[in-house]
Amino acid sequence: MAKRDSRTPVSQQPHTVEIPDDITTIGGTVTVEINEKKVSVPFGTTILEACKTNQIHIPTLCHHPDLCIAGTCRVCLVDVEGMRTLQTSCSFPITSPIKIKTTTPMVRKARRHIIDLLLSEHYGECYTCVRNNNCELQALAKEYGVDNFTFGHVDKPRFEIDRSSPSVIRDMNKCVLCKRCVRTCIDLQEVGVLEAINRGDKTHIGTFYDKALADVVCINCGQCINRCPTGALHANDPSDDIWAAIDDPTKHVVIQTAPSPRAAIGEEFGQPAGTSYTGELNTALRRIGFDKVFDTNFSADLTIMEEGTELLNRLKAVLVDKDESVKLPQFTSCSPGWIKYIEHFYPEYLDHLSTAKSPQQMFGAVIKTFYAKEADVKPEDIVTVALMPCSAKKFECNRPEMADSGFKDVDYGLTTREMAKMIKEAGIHLPEMPSTNFDDPFGDASGAGLIFGATGGVMEAALRTAYELVTGREVPFKNLKIEPCRGFQGVKQASVKLENCVEDYKFLEGADLKFIVAHGTANAKIVMEMLKRGELNDVHFIEIMACPGGCIGGGGQPIPTSEAIRTARAKAIYEEEESLPIRKSHENTHVKYLYEKFLTDGPCGHLSHKLLHTHYTKRGKFIS
Amino acid sequence: METIIKKTQRTGPVIFSEYTRGKAVRKAIEIGRNDILFELKDSGLKGRGGAGFPTATKWMLSAAANGEKKYIVCNADEGEPGTFKDRVLLLEYPELIFDGMVIAGFTIGAKEGIVYLRGEYEYMLKSLEDYLEEMRKDNLLGKNILGKDGFDFDITIRLGSGAYVCGEETALIESLEGNRGEPRNRPPYPVNTGFMGYPTVVNNVETLAVVPHIVLKGGGWFKQHGTDKSTGSKLFSVSGDCARPGVYELPWGIKISELLFIVRAENTKAVQIGGASGVCIPKSQFDRAFAYEDIATGGSIMIFNESRNMLKVLKNFMEFFVEESCGQCTPCRIGNLKLLEGVNKIESGDFTFGYINTLKELGKTMQVASKCGLGQSSPNPFISILENFKEEIFNSKNRNGGSNGKAR
Repeated sequence: MAKRDSRTPVSQQPHTVEIPDDITTIGGTVTVEINEKKVSVPFGTTILEACKTNQIHIPTLCHHPDLCIAGTCRVCLVDVEGMRTLQTSCSFPITSPIKIKTTTPMVRKARRHIIDLLLSEHYGECYTCVRNNNCELQALAKEYGVDNFTFGHVDKPRFEIDRSSPSVIRDMNKCVLCKRCVRTCIDLQEVGVLEAINRGDKTHIGTFYDKALADVVCINCGQCINRCPTGALHANDPSDDIWAAIDDPTKHVVIQTAPSPRAAIGEEFGQPAGTSYTGELNTALRRIGFDKVFDTNFSADLTIMEEGTELLNRLKAVLVDKDESVKLPQFTSCSPGWIKYIEHFYPEYLDHLSTAKSPQQMFGAVIKTFYAKEADVKPEDIVTVALMPCSAKKFECNRPEMADSGFKDVDYGLTTREMAKMIKEAGIHLPEMPSTNFDDPFGDASGAGLIFGATGGVMEAALRTAYELVTGREVPFKNLKIEPCRGFQGVKQASVKLENCVEDYKFLEGADLKFIVAHGTANAKIVMEMLKRGELNDVHFIEIMACPGGCIGGGGQPIPTSEAIRTARAKAIYEEEESLPIRKSHENTHVKYLYEKFLTDGPCGHLSHKLLHTHYTKRGKFIS
Repeated sequence: METIIKKTQRTGPVIFSEYTRGKAVRKAIEIGRNDILFELKDSGLKGRGGAGFPTATKWMLSAAANGEKKYIVCNADEGEPGTFKDRVLLLEYPELIFDGMVIAGFTIGAKEGIVYLRGEYEYMLKSLEDYLEEMRKDNLLGKNILGKDGFDFDITIRLGSGAYVCGEETALIESLEGNRGEPRNRPPYPVNTGFMGYPTVVNNVETLAVVPHIVLKGGGWFKQHGTDKSTGSKLFSVSGDCARPGVYELPWGIKISELLFIVRAENTKAVQIGGASGVCIPKSQFDRAFAYEDIATGGSIMIFNESRNMLKVLKNFMEFFVEESCGQCTPCRIGNLKLLEGVNKIESGDFTFGYINTLKELGKTMQVASKCGLGQSSPNPFISILENFKEEIFNSKNRNGGSNGKAR
């Protein structure tokens, strides 16, 4: 029996089939007949899963491995002997020895009718669609040999495209009402911005009162984009502006590349998930015409210095100075989706957020100040582009407060998908590129910065540095791998004991440094509710990433996504990390150089506070 | 013209037979749940909402299901066009419905009953609430009902908000939970996973109203009426071109022509049976019978005489479905739209017979591919009217555009 514990309707929750006491089948398995072949499957397996494990392909559209079952598109219909109607294989749990047929004339006709109906309402030309050749509706049409519009085809748009959000663009003319975005937003992320509105032929996916996406509590995470089967949802693409800047000889265009895109961009070039293209990407970017290619991992290291120092300062303020205005636990602030989430849903806890900017924004500020001087370029002539796995980064770089260099710190946030498009447009096949390094003065970064890409990475990087600062020794984990931080469990909780501390940190002697790592805002909500109930009073540091899996599962990453794909990407990052010579942020020589030459009053000092730290906005749930 | 026959005119072998409040509940407590289920099974009672699922089976399944709580839901969202029998029961025979719910609660072990009342019936809310209050005073609701230790049951009334689809039991449950009224996937069925995830019996008003009579007089008495597979009697909501529209209790097995005679219908061309989602029967088939063996129905009878334009009748139905589909599943949401477009094409004369046949095929797909009963039955009028009245509809002189209408 499905028990209600969230606001998800029971119908949309996964089936929990109760195993009867007098189960007549042996070992909890049921033997069914699929297309006259006998197969044994575990009790409660859906027909779809049973077919998949027996190499029988069933088309799907509203089904997504990350989401609960909907059963709305009806493409996966099969015939179950003895039932009056066809059954959706995605939702039908096998609990008795049924006979299933997957390709009867009736099944084939029904599927074809359904695809024809969807196409009749789907406005748009494939050539001009961002999802051309990566569209599940297009693929279905091909699979079923659709060669004409049986039930006609809409010839003019019914909906205005919502371009209000700097991150996510909604074109409901291409929507097939599979509700994956709705389920992503409500179930996976527990934000709940999107829902079906109206009924019958007026049904559409909309926001609260059909407001523009920019005017509702959307956190810009872009997870809906990653799960949209068509081009109805896509990111706000700035590549035309970037091309224009590259083509403008008066502009000095620099790009910083985040750790996650390099582990995923190969998928856009037909490579299997889990192959890193760091050096190849550097070469491709230079060939496209970027003047300098920098590694965001540098500013990730910088973030660790700032955020780690801030944590130690907070610990001192709370434990030694008994300053009640200082809040613990401290939350990480790298994920702009998480920032907007807490600003909307838990604005009363903003004091817990680290004031450190995200690596993207730190880098922007450093490029338009320190780098401008070092390279002798006028900051107003510099265009900074950030290659990110993220759609929320687009919103972040447009925040009005993100201009501490005196200019817009980061001009454009570009997603992995958009970057791949630019590379293809430049006639480059990424996997064939020779490998080159990042540019000075920021050079190659530490492995700690690289693992920011996976959930738990920021925590692991911070612990490597903070532990060493406090005790003078390396973290007590084999090969620096802090296993409790790794893996895709929703909320991870662990601690490290601080012993034999150095003189400055004697006040931490014997303390258990407790930390939590959570990814996906649904898990963030769990953590925030624990905090609200006062259950986290002894926790010191919490890492939260808005996207499931962390940045490697970001809303700007290649489509499709699934846990298997995210696991492969994370593996690529961790493997690359282990091969790097420097694996601790505080050992990054370029970071040290920056503190010696530029941020001379050290981490959390006066200048770094001006350039590398920020403040947040209490947004609340109600926006007028 | 009388719209509803006066109460004194209501005669019938089962529902409109004599009954006093609480009588069947007392009997039910005496004989116990096994005997209630036995009588119910023996009676052969099938759900009166239209789908005709055996009531005893539904009750047994939910009685056997594991759950900390169980619920009885009375489906009073009478939304099928042309049906108003539940309104009469709710207004004039609440004792039957509520006693039926109490007996159901006693039988399956539910402590809570909910009446999902059609939003448009808000005007009867107060009188129903008052009636429940009286029942509480008489200890027919509340704790230890009629002195039976541990037999607690109470009823609340909730109002719908006007969506036709919420008459579908799983959409109704979604709506009760405060969600958008959309049908659920089944399995699992409400008898296992219903309201708030608990085992739930959803019964039509009329089904529940029959129960007290069966408990009192036995399944054997009940099945004396009707036919072998369609036991007992049925309430018919008769409207349209006849002199005496209203609610009638008639035994199953009665022929269409007999019903038309009773309600004084003349020059009848067609009878739409089962509401908008039912089938349209032409004059040539008026000797067919109302029964699960022949034409099963929830009881909505719409009579059309010779002056009616069947294409307009069909268009009216299809417009209704286009608007009332919940919009969730593809075949129903877009399919109904395509069928309506087809009707419009016929009306304007701009159609091919090939395309109309394609639409009929689509209708057959909708019948087996839609998620719930709405989309599974909405093509019925399209298919039956186009089939049974093709002479009238495709004869260009009869079409709206007169002889200008051109069929290609």
